[in-house]
Amino acid sequence: MRATETLTVETPAPREIVMTREFAAPRALVFAAYTRPELLRRWFGPHGHELVECEIDLRAGGVWRYVVKAPDASTMTLRGVYREIVAPERIVGVETNEDCEAEDGTGTASTITFDERDGRTTLTHQLIFVSQEIRDMMIELGMQHGVGQGYERLATLLEEQA
Amino acid sequence: MPPELLDATFAALADPTRRAILKRLAAGEATVGELAAPFAMTQPAISKHLKVLERAGLVTRGRDAQRRPCRLEAERLRDATEWLAGFRAFWAGSFERLDDLLADLQQGDPR
Repeated sequence: MRATETLTVETPAPREIVMTREFAAPRALVFAAYTRPELLRRWFGPHGHELVECEIDLRAGGVWRYVVKAPDASTMTLRGVYREIVAPERIVGVETNEDCEAEDGTGTASTITFDERDGRTTLTHQLIFVSQEIRDMMIELGMQHGVGQGYERLATLLEEQA
Repeated sequence: MPPELLDATFAALADPTRRAILKRLAAGEATVGELAAPFAMTQPAISKHLKVLERAGLVTRGRDAQRRPCRLEAERLRDATEWLAGFRAFWAGSFERLDDLLADLQQGDPR
């Protein structure tokens, strides 16, 4: 894998996660892949997972909803509301998933930017959570969703080894 | 740990036989023959799994020409459970699939 196609995940502030990834395509195409359900279904979710439901109302105030099915048939639902859409540069919104919602219903602020240079696109996805606790919990959940059973067995392996 | 190595690590760990091999090596070094026995697998089959684990840096092979024992690189395994690793794994997989889709679309994929 070329270095420029590596995913970077950082926690620049206690409530934040920022992902950065470069793609060998113009940003109009990357933006389309991010906003058209028929394209999202072809990539969203780890290997072996499937985006089984994908609804997008791409406008300020519109809602989106994804359901990802894992190899073990368990599902995960992601939901949100768009605040601002500037094609093909920026998608701003709030994610409102049960797992990371505050009690008053406020969600995670999400900003996705698409910057193009020499025909390549740098995608930056910034997530700002309502609290550090919820951000940390999302990262823990990411552990489970990211590798599923493999992670739990890995954790067991390490405990036994310690 | 560099991100691309983290991805290779997770890919290596995605297989239950490989996880079992690591568990066995956590108890001490073993040769390919010693590893194959409990799985009732052939040595070439175990060697294929060992190659994946070596590429991820999780296992190293000794230089002793006779035995070439396999050894677990525990530090690498601990790095893989670093806090952000699972979160990364979710998105890294998705973005690899997106790479493929973008390549298809630019090659005039009719879908």
